[in-house]
Amino acid sequence: MNPGFGLPTLRGWWQKLVAPLDGPLMAITGLLVLLAFGVMASASPERLNAQLINVAVALVIMRVLAQVPPQRLMHLAVPIYLLGILLLVGVALFGDISKGARRWLNLGFMRIQPSELMKIAMPLLLAWFFQKREAMPRMTDYAIAAVMLLVPVGLIARQPDLGTAILVLAAGFYVIFFAGLSWKIIIGMVVAGVAAAPLAWNLLHDYQRHRILTLLDPEKDPLGKGFHIIQSTIAIGSGGIFGKGWRSGTQAQLEFIPERHTDFIFAVYSEEFGLFGNLILLVLYALLIGRGLLIAANAATLFSRLLAGAVTMIFFTYAFVNMGMVSGILPVVGVPLPLVSYGGTALVTLFLGIGILMSIHGNRMLVQK
Amino acid sequence: MEFKNPQEELERFRSRLAFAGGFVLFCFALLFIRFVWLQIVQHDYYQTRAEDNRISLVPIVPNRGLIVDRKGEVLARNYSAYTLEITPSRAGNLEKTIDGLGEIIEIEAKDRRRFKKLMDESKSFETLPIRTRLTDEEVARFIAHRYRFPGVEIKARLFRQYPGGAFASHILGYIGRITDADLEKIEAREQDANYRGTEHFGKTGLEQRYEFDLHGISGHEQVEVDAGGRAVRTLSRSAPVAGNQLTLTVDAELQRIAELAFGDRRGALVAIEPATGGILAMVSVPNYDPNLFVDGIDTQSWRELNESAQKPMVNRALNGAYPPGSTFKPFMALAALTLGKRRPEQAIADPGGFNFGGHFFRDDKKGGHGMVDMYKSIVVSCDTYYYVLANEMGIDNIASFMGQLGLGSRTGIDIEGESKGVLPSQQWKRERFKKPEQQKWYAGETISIGIGQGYNAYTPIQLAQATATIANKGVMFRPHLVKYVTDTRSGEKRMIEPEPMRRLDLKPEHLEVIKNAMVGVNKEGTGARAFAGAEYVSAGKTGTAQVFSYKGAEHKTETMQAHLRDHALFIAFAPADEPKIALAILVENGGFGAQAAAPIARLVLDYYLLGKKPKAPARADEDAVEGDPE
Repeated sequence: MNPGFGLPTLRGWWQKLVAPLDGPLMAITGLLVLLAFGVMASASPERLNAQLINVAVALVIMRVLAQVPPQRLMHLAVPIYLLGILLLVGVALFGDISKGARRWLNLGFMRIQPSELMKIAMPLLLAWFFQKREAMPRMTDYAIAAVMLLVPVGLIARQPDLGTAILVLAAGFYVIFFAGLSWKIIIGMVVAGVAAAPLAWNLLHDYQRHRILTLLDPEKDPLGKGFHIIQSTIAIGSGGIFGKGWRSGTQAQLEFIPERHTDFIFAVYSEEFGLFGNLILLVLYALLIGRGLLIAANAATLFSRLLAGAVTMIFFTYAFVNMGMVSGILPVVGVPLPLVSYGGTALVTLFLGIGILMSIHGNRMLVQK
Repeated sequence: MEFKNPQEELERFRSRLAFAGGFVLFCFALLFIRFVWLQIVQHDYYQTRAEDNRISLVPIVPNRGLIVDRKGEVLARNYSAYTLEITPSRAGNLEKTIDGLGEIIEIEAKDRRRFKKLMDESKSFETLPIRTRLTDEEVARFIAHRYRFPGVEIKARLFRQYPGGAFASHILGYIGRITDADLEKIEAREQDANYRGTEHFGKTGLEQRYEFDLHGISGHEQVEVDAGGRAVRTLSRSAPVAGNQLTLTVDAELQRIAELAFGDRRGALVAIEPATGGILAMVSVPNYDPNLFVDGIDTQSWRELNESAQKPMVNRALNGAYPPGSTFKPFMALAALTLGKRRPEQAIADPGGFNFGGHFFRDDKKGGHGMVDMYKSIVVSCDTYYYVLANEMGIDNIASFMGQLGLGSRTGIDIEGESKGVLPSQQWKRERFKKPEQQKWYAGETISIGIGQGYNAYTPIQLAQATATIANKGVMFRPHLVKYVTDTRSGEKRMIEPEPMRRLDLKPEHLEVIKNAMVGVNKEGTGARAFAGAEYVSAGKTGTAQVFSYKGAEHKTETMQAHLRDHALFIAFAPADEPKIALAILVENGGFGAQAAAPIARLVLDYYLLGKKPKAPARADEDAVEGDPE
């Protein structure tokens, strides 16, 4: 055996491993994940190990996806979408109820949340759809796309799971938007949406209305519905410019912040690291999104472009909705802080998206036109 | 179909991407503005709210002040003990919780009843004791099972303890849990903050009257609490200041001897130091154990105490109003001298009664006492002398003189709820009755007033105060139980009532006559049997108050039912020339004063003046009679 032989082999193996990965994307994601471990160590140290495993699993999935060429993904678009719809119908018929909503499907060996799958399946399908319509898309195409989007959104909203429904709707809408839906229609939809708000109000569930009312005036119900928002805004506000210091947030450490390892983890971070920390987080997300948009801009095919654009904007939606609700400018919907909140499912979904972005980047246009 | 231009399509896509990027930045800018608003502009406000969340002020209840007698014997103190407490609002099914607790710690039916009563009186979020005074073993057992009982906890609390049990209970009173009525008093004194952690409040006796002295000043602890309200750590602490100590004028040993002297008879005794008004002993028997009230009394014990025919909860010394009987005579005689209605040597013939308006007022000695002057009238307790005298003086003269002596008005003793008694007069009758024919005072009514019967009704403390005033040559003090209050912080002693409240315009030679006559009572009169062989000169007067009047019939006390027997009374002071103690005694249904009350006085005076301790309660002297002992 040649003793000098091992090192180059190991290096080669490593190079092969990281080859499909995008450096900048990896760096930003790495920083966010490190930051997430730091916050988790403060918010809920006992969950640190579990979250480490979640991240490891998600990284493997990301690496696998990074190597799958976009063409292969395109072939998977329709089967995954149909599977997703099937599972959602299954949930509606046989799903387990937890916390007043029917979201989980028990497969016997594991419980899955099919709505989560739709966050990726939806843009995949629509990107596939517009790729197929190679010509300039016509109004009928948009209409078909809208139907394909609204069926799963409707099923998810019925569970009810407003947070996921919004994310899936947003994911699908981003594809349609990037595909070139006319501004007139977009503006028209916004106007119609505002006009239809009172009607939509009647369709909302009681708990959803409560959330909106609570947002408008949380102090009205300080011990009930408003408690979450009041405590999280107190946490953020009392953090000040530089924060109270890691593991020194009184709101967090004395358990005044509810759900402090999941949806409200941002309040913990913000209390302990202050405005300065918030700025760093916003910059990291902005860089992640910027990198994603850049990948989209340079993607080789229409399918890749639309998919990359939509996946990137999903990150934005997660981040904005979560920080908005925790700081009290958006209603409380169950949306985690991307890459930071505890929870395997959301993490897997997000790393799946990053893997897709990397794959698209690996198959970008080789010659700039 | 439109012609497809890939370049144009890409440009359009990229412009949409740029728009999306712009939208992202716009939204992030919104978030950033929100963060600036919360974390810079509103920072102070949220900082305060976070601190309010985190820091809780926990009051530390001060040690309640001690109550000690004039020689320092402790009559009320505190001890610390573990209690098992339930917060009903957090405990879920109460019955099941208590049953479960009963399996590990002994819980008697009495404890359950008491807990139920506390629940009815309290709010559901208050923590209430189900068991007090847990042993260390019981504490350990509960802690091992604690997880099974949400809303149940062990607490170390201070308890009031009256080491003498029922001893002196009507002086000390008791404390109980704070009620809404108590809260109003606390608010009226602006003591709300000081009472935030306090659970008990003085309900009767000195505990009630000196509540705000005994309570002390609450300390507080700043503790960090979590969202569940559990204390995480202490940030700062200010120590409480224990309540002020009460030092009584009461001589505990004398009080003990006086209580024992009554045996199982009902009655009251008040002994006063004439020169100061300080109460040396104040007995009301039967009494009750105030310790029962400290951790909340159970319904059954409460009912027993209140419904007992013996009425142990009534403070007879302050709230029992009795006709004074013949103990009224020295005061009548003094009134006659002062108003110039009689000279001491002026004598009347006693034919055995007094005829007025066709009604014959009987003397208790058949055939009368013969010629009776003032001295003899008191020594042999001649009724006829006072029938005639009262008739001559008239009711309003009697009322105004007796009023000066404090009869018929509250003495102002430092215990709340004292009764006024009845000092009859024309005005009193007008106010007392509604019908015009009842409102008129009849001259015949004045006659029985002269011997302390009729409408007359005074409390034992009033009689004791009047006796002390005579003993003290007309200088009258407000009777009081507390000698001084010691301020815990400064050690300063605040004296209670050192100044006389009134100086009566009485002539020394008149007082001398009355004193000599009262000395005669104990030497050769109705008190002579009780005071035979006494090594000091004492002044006294027996009295018998009719409970039920048998017109014309012979008094046959032995055959009467116990509750229809007359009340026995005795007033005294000693030593006669330099009085150190004045007292009034009442024995309910005791019969003649000479029989039941005078022997008690002898035991009390023997101890106070000579230090003699009796071995048994005063024996009723069944052979003694009211009237001439020849």
